[in-house]
Amino acid sequence: MKTNAFAYVRADTVPDALRLYAEAGEDARYLAGGQSLMAALNFRLDEPSTLIDITRVAALRGIVADADAIRIGALTRHADVADSAVITAELPLIHAAIGHVAHPAIRNRGTFGGSVALADPAAEMPACVLALGGVMEIAGQDGTRHVPADAFFLGTYETALAPGELLTGVTIQRPAPGSRWGFAELARRAGDYAMAGLCLMIAPDRRDARVVFFSISDRPVRARAAEAAIIAGASVIEVAAVATDGIEVYGDLNAGIATKRHYASVLLRRELARLDQQEAAA
Amino acid sequence: MTGTITISLHLNGEAVTATLPARMSLVDFLRETMGLTGAHVGCAHGVCGACTVRVDGAAVRGCLMLAAQADGATVDTIEGLTDTGAIADLQDAFHRHNAVQCGYCSPGMLITAADLLDRATLPDRAEIRDHISGNYCRCTGYQAIVDAISEVATARTKGAA
Ligand SMILES: Cc1cc2nc3c(=O)[nH]c(=O)nc-3n(C[C@H](O)[C@H](O)[C@H](O)COP(=O)(O)OP(=O)(O)OC[C@H]3O[C@@H](n4cnc5c(N)ncnc54)[C@H](O)[C@@H]3O)c2cc1C
Ligand code: FES
Ligand code: FES
Repeated sequence: MKTNAFAYVRADTVPDALRLYAEAGEDARYLAGGQSLMAALNFRLDEPSTLIDITRVAALRGIVADADAIRIGALTRHADVADSAVITAELPLIHAAIGHVAHPAIRNRGTFGGSVALADPAAEMPACVLALGGVMEIAGQDGTRHVPADAFFLGTYETALAPGELLTGVTIQRPAPGSRWGFAELARRAGDYAMAGLCLMIAPDRRDARVVFFSISDRPVRARAAEAAIIAGASVIEVAAVATDGIEVYGDLNAGIATKRHYASVLLRRELARLDQQEAAA
Repeated sequence: MTGTITISLHLNGEAVTATLPARMSLVDFLRETMGLTGAHVGCAHGVCGACTVRVDGAAVRGCLMLAAQADGATVDTIEGLTDTGAIADLQDAFHRHNAVQCGYCSPGMLITAADLLDRATLPDRAEIRDHISGNYCRCTGYQAIVDAISEVATARTKGAA
């Protein structure tokens, strides 16, 4: 199959992109890495009037760290996230997860912002951003606004982005020194979307915990019951027992609801046990 | 705004300028406009890897990139890499190990493998399998492909030492 015929325009700056969208109207789409959009167009799942190529907006690419936070530009490619020394040192959760995003050739073009903006419920980066409490920086006709991850992911392919708004970057506070993290997913094959996945952040002395599952619901979801249990000092078995309490779990082609619940609980048990062992060894 | 665009790129070492429909994918441009039929179209949605080519030195999916986006880029296909001899050792190893049967996957597989071999460290079999996980081969069962890549990786590392 081939795409429909569309107009193709390039933006060099963020204001440029917003202006081009305003001119083209709601049937326009921003083209970032194209690793999800082009696949959808090739199958005519979407037939835009105009593609606004934002890949040349240099200001949106790159990772910068200051004393408190790390900012990942929306157009930073998955491969650049994987190779980033800042990410490896400061946000090891993302470093561990990025190798599970698709395959090398797709990581060479797919972008961090595209993945977050698309909000595939099975995607790793949205789950990491939620577990790390990231804040989305969004540019629109009326200026820039900020939306925390907890209020950003609204459903399958659904986010707080209004039509025409551009995600420009994600800012993540540096985790407190001594924070522990975990990442695990079950996939049929390296690079496939997960059947169930987990991102875990635990603050020193269990002062705080964020447990996020992906690919078990319509969006990356926080496991509030498990978080409370971790903070209360519950055992690994006790936390795993409440892994998906209060979460609306969806089945898909890979696994039904009961299996997804089981996978989620197993992933959490394994990662918590691994962290306990690590702590005991230290 | 029109539905066509004029692009200039460096294709297999030569400057090329072409006017083409904006919606044309890079792999269709290479195959249909430029007659470079090494890269194949298996799935058109990024899953099979048969369309893999190099853009600015990095392996990418030719089906998930517009030709329009290659404006100003350096594009190398299996034809170009064959002509320069850059992957002759890899092609020879694929041949000797019987890692090519119908050949549909081979151009993409070779470009993906070359990408791994360009990194400094010696990959083990698990890393090789992980790296080629996005390239389907429906004939060989992969074993021979991993053998071939592994052999070249070892030989190149020795050569460099
Ligand atoms: C075979 C295959 C396997 C894959 N496996 C995985 C996987 O295991 N895990 C995973 O997470 N992903 C996977 N992906 C998807 C890949 O990570 C994509 O790169 C990513 O989902 C989208 O990023 P992109 O930059 O390519 O966005 P595009 O495809 O360019 O855009 C996607 C959507 O987001 C919009 N958009 C993009 N950027 C912005 C922005 N800055 N602001 C506002 N809107 C924007 C676009 O308009 C479009 O609607 C896979 C893809 C393929 C083809
Ligand atoms: S044709 Fe491009 S990945 Fe299958
Ligand atoms: S040799 Fe036939 S698909 Fe690989």
